[in-house]
Amino acid sequence: MADVIDEMLGKTDAADPTTGDVAIQNYTINFGPQHPAAHGVLRLVMELDGEIVERVDPHIGLLHRGTEKLIEYKTYLQALPYFDRLDYCSPLCMEHSYVLAIEKLLDMEVPLRAQYLRVFFAELTRISNHMLNLGSHVMDVGAMTPNLWLFEIREDCLNFFERASGARMHSAYFRPGGVHQDVPLKLLTDIADWLDTRLPRLFEDAISLVADNRIFKQRNVDIAVVSKDDALKWGFSGPMIRGSGIPWDLRKSQPYEVYDRMNFEVPVGTRGDCYDRFMVRVEEVRQSARIMKQCLNEMPDGPIASFDRKVVPPKRAEMKRSMEALIHHFKLYTEGFHVPAGEVYVATESPKGEFGVYLVSDGSNKPYRCKIRPTAFSHLQAMDFMMKGHMLADTTAVLGAMDIVFGECDR
Amino acid sequence: MSSPAPVYATVDVEGVRQALAGLARDVREAVGEIAVHVDRGNLIATMNLLRDAHEYQQLMEIAGVDYPDRAERFEVVYCLLSVTRNHRIRVHVSTDEVQPVPSVTGIWPVAGWLEREVYDMYGVLFSGNADLRRILTDYGFRGHPQRKDFPLTGYVELRYSEEAKRVVYEPVQLAQDFRTFDFMSPWEGAEYVLPGDEKVAQPEAKGAPTPLKADEIAKADAKLAADKVSVDKPKTTEKPADTGAGAAANAEAVKKTRAPRKPGADKDSVSQDSAPAKAPATRKPRAKKGDA
Repeated sequence: MADVIDEMLGKTDAADPTTGDVAIQNYTINFGPQHPAAHGVLRLVMELDGEIVERVDPHIGLLHRGTEKLIEYKTYLQALPYFDRLDYCSPLCMEHSYVLAIEKLLDMEVPLRAQYLRVFFAELTRISNHMLNLGSHVMDVGAMTPNLWLFEIREDCLNFFERASGARMHSAYFRPGGVHQDVPLKLLTDIADWLDTRLPRLFEDAISLVADNRIFKQRNVDIAVVSKDDALKWGFSGPMIRGSGIPWDLRKSQPYEVYDRMNFEVPVGTRGDCYDRFMVRVEEVRQSARIMKQCLNEMPDGPIASFDRKVVPPKRAEMKRSMEALIHHFKLYTEGFHVPAGEVYVATESPKGEFGVYLVSDGSNKPYRCKIRPTAFSHLQAMDFMMKGHMLADTTAVLGAMDIVFGECDR
Repeated sequence: MSSPAPVYATVDVEGVRQALAGLARDVREAVGEIAVHVDRGNLIATMNLLRDAHEYQQLMEIAGVDYPDRAERFEVVYCLLSVTRNHRIRVHVSTDEVQPVPSVTGIWPVAGWLEREVYDMYGVLFSGNADLRRILTDYGFRGHPQRKDFPLTGYVELRYSEEAKRVVYEPVQLAQDFRTFDFMSPWEGAEYVLPGDEKVAQPEAKGAPTPLKADEIAKADAKLAADKVSVDKPKTTEKPADTGAGAAANAEAVKKTRAPRKPGADKDSVSQDSAPAKAPATRKPRAKKGDA
C-alpha cells in the first residue's frame, strides 16, 4: 500500500525507476494483414521496444487456397494452370518445375527448340519479376519514380507473354513435352529489339537513380545482415543466398534445359544486407537479358513439343485429317496421360529462389501428391532473426529485399 | 536420363548404403534420386551424420504424404541439398496420427515452419518443435486438410453476415453436387491384372498406362539400347544345328511325311480331308452336268 501512496505523492525511488516515471514496456503491434508494404496479405505480429523491433511473428496463410489438395483431384495437365497462380509475378517459372518433374518421371525427351523457348521465356519472366520487386522495394523505402519506369518494362514483358501464349499473366505456356505453341518470328525480333534498346535505356536510367543514392543506401546498407552460415541453416536460396555471398545458382550448378549452353555470370553480394540483395537482382536482370540474346542467336527451328502422342495432344489441323489424332486429342483432354509410379523432387531457379516440386505418382492420370516448395517459406521464417534490433521502418526494406509473394507462400 | 530435368552430381547408392549402415532401413535409387528410409528413432542421428559428415548443409523441404492403406499411414519426406557436393538426397520417415516424429529444428532452424506445415496439413506430431501451431489454415480450423479422407470441399464455409455484422461459419452447402469424373478406361484403369498382362514388360508409349515404376521404364530403355549395339555372331546357316532343328520329340515326329498331292487333285478337295481319295473323281462329272 505504501508504494501506491508514494506514487500518488509523486515520490520516486532510485531502485525502482518506473515508480512515478513513465512506464516503459514492450508493446505489440500488427503489421498488416492489409498493408501496402506487406506485398500481399501478411500479418506480422511485432513486439516493439520503443521503435526497436524485439520479435516478429509472421502469420501467413491468409491466401491459402488449398492448391496442393486441388491438384490431387485434377489430371496432370489440368493441374498445370494452378502453378501460374502460385507466384503470380513469375508464372512461367512456376510451371517450369512442374513440367520438368513430370518429364523426369516419364523420362521424356523435349525438342531443342522447346527447351530454348522455355529458357527464353523463363528469363523474360525473371526480368518481369525483378521489375516488380525492385520497383516496389525502392518505393517501400521512399522513392517513387523508379517504380513507374520499371513498371513500363514490366508492361512490355506482359505484352510479350500475351503475344506468345494469349494471356498476360496466367500463361499456361509450358506443357509436359514442350511448349503449347510456337511463337511468331515477329515476336522474337520485337523482343530482340526491345532487349537492345528499350530495356537497357529504361532499366539503367531507373537504377541509376537509386543505386548510388544516399537515402537509398541509408535505408538498405547494413540492414538485416545474414551470414553465410545463417543463409545455409535457414534454407535460403536464390538472390537471398547469393546476397550473403554464396555463389549458388541452380541454373549454373544443376543445369536444366539448355542452361548448360548459356554464358552468364552469377552475381554475389559481399555483406549480406538488403542493399546487396537489391544489387544482386539488378545484375540478374542484365544477365537474363544476356541469356535471352544467346537464346535468340542459337534457337534452332523444329518442333516445339514432343511427338509422343500419348502425352502431347495433336494440333487442330492434324485432327482434321487423322482419326488417330482425333482419338489422342479426346483421350488426352478427358482421361489425360498416365505417369508411371515414382517420386521425384525437381527444383528450378525461380526469380525468388529454389522453387521445388515433390511429385509422387501412383501410375494413374492424377498426381498422388504434389508438394510445392515455396521460396518465401524459409525466407519469411528468417524474418524474426533478421529484424531483431532494427527499427520498425526497416521492416519494409527487409520485406522488399526478400521478394515475397503470397500466392506462392500460402499456396 | 533423356528428360531436360536438372542434372546434379551422381552419387553411388552403395556408398550411401555403407555410410548409413546401421541407421538406414533401406536405401533406394529410383528415377536418378536417392531415397533413404529410416526409422523414427534413427532420424536425428541420420540427419546429423548427413549434415556433418556428408556435407548436406541445407534442408530444402519437408513434405508429408498420406498413404491410408499402410499401417503407419503418414510418410514425412526430408529433401536435403548439398551445396558443396552438388547433390540432393531424400530421407523418408513413416508415422501415424499419434506417434511423434523427432523434430529436426535443432539441426536446421528452417524446419520450424516446415514441420508446422506438415502438422497443419496431416496432423503429424513433431516432438521437440517448440512452436507447433497451425500455419496455413484459418485460426481455429479443425481437421487436417491434406489427409486423403478429408473431402475436397471441406466441412465449413464462411461468409460475412450483414445481420451479425461479422464473419460467420456454417456447414458447407453445395449448390450442385460435388462431381468427380473418372475418365479411366475400364480396361486400362482396372485394379486387377488380367492373365497375360504381366507379360507386357514395357508400356506401349510414354504416358500410356503401365504397372511399371518410373525407374523400371528408364532402365528398360537403356537395356533396349544396349541390345541394339552389336551382333558379333553373323547370322548364317552353315549346318543343320543352326536351323533350330533338334532331336525328334517322339515317335510320331519321325514318321515319313505323306507325299504331296498332285496339284489338280488338290484344287478340288475343298475341306474333306477324311473323305476317300476317289470322291473328287466321282463328283467331278456331276459338277460338269450341273454347269451344262
